[in-house]
Parts: sequence; C-alpha cells; structure tokens
Amino acid sequence: MSDTAMTNLNLRNKTTKQASGSEPTGSGGHVRPVPFRGGGFVYRPVRFVGPLVFIALLAIWEAGTRSGLISPLVLPTPAESWQAFVNLAKSGMLWKHVAASSERLFIGWTIGTVLGIAAGLMIGLFSIARSGLQPLVSALFPIPKIALLPLFVIWFGIDEGSKNATLIFGTFFPTVISTYAGVDNVDRTLIRMGQSFGLSWTSIVRKIVIPGAMPAILSGFRISSSIAIVLLVAAEMIGAEFGVGAYVLMAGSLMATDQLIAGVAILSVMGLIIAWAIGLAEKYLLRWRT
Amino acid sequence: MDLKLDHISHHYGHTHVLDDISLTVKRGEIVCFIGPSGCGKSTLLRFVGGLEKPASGQVLQVGEPPAASLNPLTYIFQDFALLPWRSVEGNIALALEDHKLPKAEQRAIIADVLRRTNLSDFAKALPKQLSGGMKQRVAIARALSVRPAVMLMDEPLSALDSQTRDLLMDDLIELWTRQPFTACYVTHNLAEAVRLGHRIVVLSRRPGRIREIVQIDMPLAERKEHIAELEIKQRHLWDLMREEARAADRELADV
Repeated sequence: MSDTAMTNLNLRNKTTKQASGSEPTGSGGHVRPVPFRGGGFVYRPVRFVGPLVFIALLAIWEAGTRSGLISPLVLPTPAESWQAFVNLAKSGMLWKHVAASSERLFIGWTIGTVLGIAAGLMIGLFSIARSGLQPLVSALFPIPKIALLPLFVIWFGIDEGSKNATLIFGTFFPTVISTYAGVDNVDRTLIRMGQSFGLSWTSIVRKIVIPGAMPAILSGFRISSSIAIVLLVAAEMIGAEFGVGAYVLMAGSLMATDQLIAGVAILSVMGLIIAWAIGLAEKYLLRWRT
Repeated sequence: MDLKLDHISHHYGHTHVLDDISLTVKRGEIVCFIGPSGCGKSTLLRFVGGLEKPASGQVLQVGEPPAASLNPLTYIFQDFALLPWRSVEGNIALALEDHKLPKAEQRAIIADVLRRTNLSDFAKALPKQLSGGMKQRVAIARALSVRPAVMLMDEPLSALDSQTRDLLMDDLIELWTRQPFTACYVTHNLAEAVRLGHRIVVLSRRPGRIREIVQIDMPLAERKEHIAELEIKQRHLWDLMREEARAADRELADV
C-alpha cells in the first residue's frame, strides 16, 4: 500500500518537472506521437457487401450470356432461369416438388438426428457403449451413402423407404459424432458440482450434460442438414415422381439448363432457410452463452 | 456433526500425494488448509466430501448431521461451478430440485439465501452478466440453501481480484458471525487463512503431511482491527512454508 503511494508520488514529481521544462529531455527534445501499430486482424461486419457480390455475379452472368461471350447452350441467362422458375410456379408443380422434398428432408433428418443424439449420448455416457460403438461409427461414417443407394433400394424398396433410409443413415453419423464430442466437452467441474450436491444420475444428465452438449449438437445440425440436402437430391434421382431432385434430374436429361438452374436455386434457398432456422434455434437455446 | 480424518494417505500411480493425515474438525469451526502447490490439499478436500476415495484411511462423520440439512457436506468451488444456462435462482434451485420440497418451501429457501448474500435484486440474472465476486456469492447462496453441516471450500476466493477477495472475506465473516458454520477451507493465501481460520493446518509439500496446526483464538469479527497481531501469525506460517514452497516450485511435473 505505502509502496504504491510512493511510486505515484515519484511519478508525479517527474511529470511536473518535465512539464516545467527544467529537466533536459533525453534525446534532443524532438516530440512526436507514438506510431499506431495495433490495427487489423479483427473481423468487422461490412453491410451490403454480401448482397453486392451476389448481384455483381448475376450481372456479369447476364451480360456475358446476352453479349454471346457465353454460349446459351452452356449456360442460360439468369432471366431465362427466372422464367423457368415462374413457369414452374404457375404450373403448380413447384409446390408439389418442394412439398415432396421437404417431407423427405423432414422425416429423414428428424429420425436420423433423434437416433444420432441417442447413440451419441450413449457413447458419451457409457464406457461400454463407447468401446463398442465408436470404432463402428468411425468405420461407417466415411462411407459415401450414395454408394449404398442401390442396396437401400433392394432392402427398403424403390419408394419412400430407400430415400428415408439414405437420409437417416447420412444424418445419423455426423449427429452421433457431434453429440458425443459435446458430451466430452461438458465442463467436468459442473458434473462434480452436481455430484457434490447429491443430484441423481438422471438429473445430472438432464440438467447438466445435455444442456452443456447443446452447442455442439446444434453445430452438428448445420452439418447434418447440409448432408441431408445433398443426399436428398441423390435419392430423388432414383425413382421419384416428385421432388426437387427429380425435377433437376429431368431437366438435366432434357438439356433444359434453365430449369436445371432454377431447380438448383430452389435447393440453395431450402438450405438457406434451414440454416436460418438453426441460427434462430441457436440464438434461443444458447442465449446463455457469452 | 464433527468430521474425523483418520490416517488418510493417497497416491496417484507412483506419486504419493498425501501421507497419514489425521485431524478432527469440530462443529462451528473453520479449519484452513494451507501448503505449497501440489501438496494435495484440494485432493484432501475431495476425500472429505466423498468425491474421491483415499487409497487408505477414511473420513468419518461423528454424530448425526442436523435433521434439516439437505446436503451435509457441501462444496464451494474455486471456479464457482454455476450452470451458465440457468439464472441465479435457477442455479440455487438446482441444488434443491432433487429433494422434492414443496414449491412454496423451495421458493422461500431461495429468497432467504438470496437475502443473506445480498443477491435479491439479481435473482433473474444469468451468470454471464455477473462479476466474479457476484458469481461466487451465488455459489455461496447455493451452498447455504441446502443447509450444510460442513462447508467444503476449495480456494473459493482464488479466482477473484484482491479487492473483491477482501469484500467476500468480510461477507463470509459476517455470515459466520450471524450463524456459525463448520468449514474446511483450502487456500494458498495466508492472509485469508489468518482472517478466516480458527485453526490453520500447514501441510508439507508432496507427499502432504501435517507440519503444524496453528490455532488462532481471536474471534473472527475482531480480526480486521488487529491486523498487526495476525501479521505475526502470518509470518510464522510463511516461515514454515517458504522452503517447501521454493522446492515445490522447482519440481518438474510428473506427467
């Protein structure tokens, strides 16, 4: 306490002396501000740049195709693609395709996710489940599910069964991995705290482990939902009457590139909507995060 | 309820951490454990609370805990251990929910401990909104809510800056003065030990043995005014520890 007071006093003495100019300054008396060198390496969101890039790209594309630089055989103009989309909407087929795809996406992703979280919790909580299932997950996760599609058609039929199975299978593994990684990352001191207050095992899992694993589970949702869209299109390319994937496949085989682009854009928008919904869920469920 | 530590020894693999610790903690008494880092004082506290088992020896409860006690041995952790997704009152409720109390009683207990720790205005706040000192007050409120027979405090003030530490020390002394509680208090801060401890157990470096037990008879409430006398005790403690602390500091971690 007394030490700091002394240093402060000393400092004050020095500054008053310097200010009065009675003491010669060290190096020639040249005064200049300290050069600033601390800037950069910080992300600051810049508004409108994102949409601007998008619009610029569309403009280049439109200009290129109109001027003939890009052959209309290779790529339709954005306006033509938009027209194809409008036609689709007017014919009433848009809704049918989107509804069929959304339903498959919903069923497949939900079942895959629920099973994945259950298996992930088992692996995270029980040593025997971890020893038994972790190698299996590691072995099966990298298999491209599209390669198994013909097998699924034989097993589950050419109708909805094989499509659901592909999506369930594809979303299951990333969810398992993100869930048990989340459980592993739950602060051990919080679990110790739960035990020290005599909480039951189920209370600890329900009130400490699952909420603690939630950030990882939700970021797993982002991955599994993108995988689900990729697999959805692949699955719909085999024996589907309706669905965005079926529409894209049909457009491709007819060389109707404008319709193909329209179909791909629909998929992109579906992906954006899902990402936005997950963002909302994160905002709500993880509002406790700093 | 008293606590009796009965010939506790422990080792992790080939590393002996504690050697033959025997001690009785009496009702209404704060016993501080100090020692160089790595002397096993936090491990000892985990044994006392039943979170870990010693290799040999045992911790005994002498007498019954008070009937109203929901969780006789209750911890306060260095890093607060609050659930970040629960509000202040939610964090306290966590400790009560498993006891199946009537809703009204649970609410009454929460209101009471919030009042005792001056937190009533912060009931709905999330931990991320609170300063370190407030977080530890919440943890203290949570510990009080289960009416512990013995509080097990594991460096409760070590994560706080020194001003906040002083404030919380005053709070703890006030809590104790109004209603004496039993506590095992682990710290490496000698000033805390002489302010809060009725007895101070000095442990040697690994393997931790009891080197000396220093008794301070001055009532807790008066200690603030007698810093000079405490200073002598504190210097004595430091003399006991200095060489050990130096040696412990120079030790290579065995991992």
